[in-house]
Amino acid sequence: MDILIYGIVNSVVFALIAVGFTLVYGISRLPNFAHGALYILGGYITWNFLNKLGLNYAVAILLAIIIVALIGAAMYRFLLMRVRGMPDSEIIASFAIGLAIMEGLRWGGFVGQAYILPAFIEGAVDIAGTPIDFQRLIIVGGGLAVVAFLWLFTHYNKAGLALRAIAQDERAAMMLGIDSDLAAVLALALGSALAGIAAIAILPLGNITVETGYNVLIYAIAVCIIGGLGSWPGAILGAFVLGFAQILTVAYIAPQWQMVVVFLAIILTLILRPSGLFGRQKELEERV
Amino acid sequence: MSEEVILQVKEVSRAFGGIKAVNNVSLELARGEILGIIGPNGSGKTTLVNLITGFIKKDSGSIFFKNRNITKSPPHKIADLGIARTFQVMRPYHSLPAYRNLIVPLYSPRVKRASGGKLGDRDAVAIDLLEEIGFERDAYVPYKLASSLPLGYLKRLELARCLALRPEVVLCDEVFSGLSMAEIATMVPIVEKLQMNGITIMMIEHRLRELFQLANRVIVMNFGEKIADGIPEEVMADKKVREAYLGTEVT
Amino acid sequence: MESKARRKERLNRGIKVRTEGIYAVSSLKEMTYLLAPRLLLILGLLIIPLVVPSMYWQRVICMTCIFALLALAFDFLAHHVGIVCLGGALFIGLGGYISGILNSSFGLPLVLTIPIATLGGALISTLLLLPCLPVRGIYFAIVSLMYPLMLSRIIEALGLFGGTDGIAGLTTFPNIWVDQYLIIGVVLIAVFSLRRLVNEDIGLVLRGIKDNDQAVKASGMNITWYKAQAVFLAATIGCFAGAYLTHLYGWVGISLFGLDFSILPIAATVLGGMGTLIGPVLGASILTPLSEMLRALGPLRIVFYCLILVGFILFKPEGLMNYFQRKYHQFEHWIEV
Repeated sequence: MDILIYGIVNSVVFALIAVGFTLVYGISRLPNFAHGALYILGGYITWNFLNKLGLNYAVAILLAIIIVALIGAAMYRFLLMRVRGMPDSEIIASFAIGLAIMEGLRWGGFVGQAYILPAFIEGAVDIAGTPIDFQRLIIVGGGLAVVAFLWLFTHYNKAGLALRAIAQDERAAMMLGIDSDLAAVLALALGSALAGIAAIAILPLGNITVETGYNVLIYAIAVCIIGGLGSWPGAILGAFVLGFAQILTVAYIAPQWQMVVVFLAIILTLILRPSGLFGRQKELEERV
Repeated sequence: MSEEVILQVKEVSRAFGGIKAVNNVSLELARGEILGIIGPNGSGKTTLVNLITGFIKKDSGSIFFKNRNITKSPPHKIADLGIARTFQVMRPYHSLPAYRNLIVPLYSPRVKRASGGKLGDRDAVAIDLLEEIGFERDAYVPYKLASSLPLGYLKRLELARCLALRPEVVLCDEVFSGLSMAEIATMVPIVEKLQMNGITIMMIEHRLRELFQLANRVIVMNFGEKIADGIPEEVMADKKVREAYLGTEVT
Repeated sequence: MESKARRKERLNRGIKVRTEGIYAVSSLKEMTYLLAPRLLLILGLLIIPLVVPSMYWQRVICMTCIFALLALAFDFLAHHVGIVCLGGALFIGLGGYISGILNSSFGLPLVLTIPIATLGGALISTLLLLPCLPVRGIYFAIVSLMYPLMLSRIIEALGLFGGTDGIAGLTTFPNIWVDQYLIIGVVLIAVFSLRRLVNEDIGLVLRGIKDNDQAVKASGMNITWYKAQAVFLAATIGCFAGAYLTHLYGWVGISLFGLDFSILPIAATVLGGMGTLIGPVLGASILTPLSEMLRALGPLRIVFYCLILVGFILFKPEGLMNYFQRKYHQFEHWIEV
């Protein structure tokens, strides 16, 4: 029973981490290798607001999310948009920006145990005999809220519908007057905000380290590869596959192999079904 | 032209998310013939070529080349067996001379086998090939940069790329499109010469007049289905074909 | 009223045109024009160990050459085959560990460990990266990024091969001159061989794989096989650098899988000039000494490479070498339209 509950929590964690990445890729075709950096940036900004400026936790969170969204959008608008359409350069440039941010934070001294975000509500509760802290419940709740929000946004809000249109067929959407560059900037803002939200929900479980940034990048991409790059339901499904795979490994094999599971999952996906579970990649572009 | 069937397409289908791009299409290609494939835009002609040459997976059906099942073969294997195809969107090496664009097919295992390893200087073979296809050697046309060639020459370059492979079957995807009447007039004899040299050709075309001059047989597609199959005169008289192109009569 | 618009026109210099044919051999001036850049490179690399002030700087030369080899491998894969490899550290780590283990556990001398590590490491790297080859570039990028991180964590967690401490006390090269000239020789061979390779017919096939892989498939060639060969070649270069590094300092540890070895070659390539194969060597020659001087700043070094990389790739993508080549071969002037 623990496995089920921890599995669900872990899966939601992965889903939260991955959905920002897959959204950005689906709409702007940019593989945002700075995703991990934006994630921990969200954490550090919140920490600074909380501890250096002494703001109220809720306010700190809100401001941090807005700032991360702006940083992501600006990063795209002023930097990455210049290499739009050149996949090699996009990968290299976004990777370098992410690396610069993460190593810059490391240089700025953000290392060590001191950097912790407090849980929103302390304490734990018992579900079916398994103790779960409230933070983890909040994560699951938050995950559901995010999914619901995204679904509603992309089905009922004009901007959201525009983003969905661009994700499905860029040319057709452009013919309808949707500005693809603006959509891409919005997508980055949304994706970065999601990274920030994920960070704020998840980081209280441990402490903020630069290593987390690298891990998050790898997990996010792994989930997206399994679920299908650019597919939002795919990311969620992929998150559950990976989330449970990891928990099962930790429970039955050994905790050190967690990372290896992720890696094996990527390789298996590439061998068996490269476009992922819900991949919408047209085959002409995908396989040899 | 013999009666030997070299390529058999049996009930092949492929859908893209609910839309049947190719729906249960069957056809047979006899060795040495020129088969035309016509139909309105979006009727699935290029998708059919992609299915035959292995660039897209089939949902159902099978394809046989010289009695060998190539349904699941990858594109490079199918090309290696002797089926070449042109691409509508051509991407030659702009900054290289035209003849260098033929080096890649001349480097292929198929050509190596066919020439017994004694191909000699690939550059020379490439230039000869271009000359045969109408690039005037005296005017140094084969040496011109691909970026400076007009469309007619580029289309011929694309065809030459196929021929460099020494194929048995060539699938031409709209090689006449975008060309002027004069340019097409120079290409028609080239296609005729290919047939005389024993190559089997399948041509997707919109230029019906020229196609009917060349084709022994024509297939018409509409909405992914084959709606007619026969000699050009029969096909043009077919009511379904007229409806597909011109719409139904107002009564 | 006509408006006079101007545009820049670039024309090949007279001397470039004159040297394009066989008659270049007839004039000393024209031969110099052709040979000078190459001689500059070769003589420069051969002379520099003799003129640097101290042993510290001689070690810097060695490190520069290691990064130059990695950058060469990256440039070759990225701009001649279309594969973006974010994990140069994988090659260094594999080459390093294989030669280290062969040396310490099996007692093999370095004349054996280096070749075995080079080829064996390259084989293993290619096999590890094989699943990514049939599919698009982003998969290769992320998997190549993951491998060094994962391998270093496995070694750390399981305490294999010396764990975090690594393996020390390995054989080193006999003297400082062998250190330097060995690696300089390899760099020169690698640069000229790769340049030759991409100009041969096989280079066109690889370029086809990068630009228009449909046409290459339609010509009957198995793309995965050619990509695998290219990855093997690049991995050979990288693994040699790793094996060399191990025997340079007589030590191997998980730092060989560090991010430095992945990112500096990329920055060096972008700075030096993508696609030229000499540009990466130039870039490495600039960035490695700089990085040594900045060693005290810790992670800021990496921020620094990244900022240079981003700056160049976004605003001056041609890089230094392309710029120099352009200036050397062409002149510009304004003309009226």
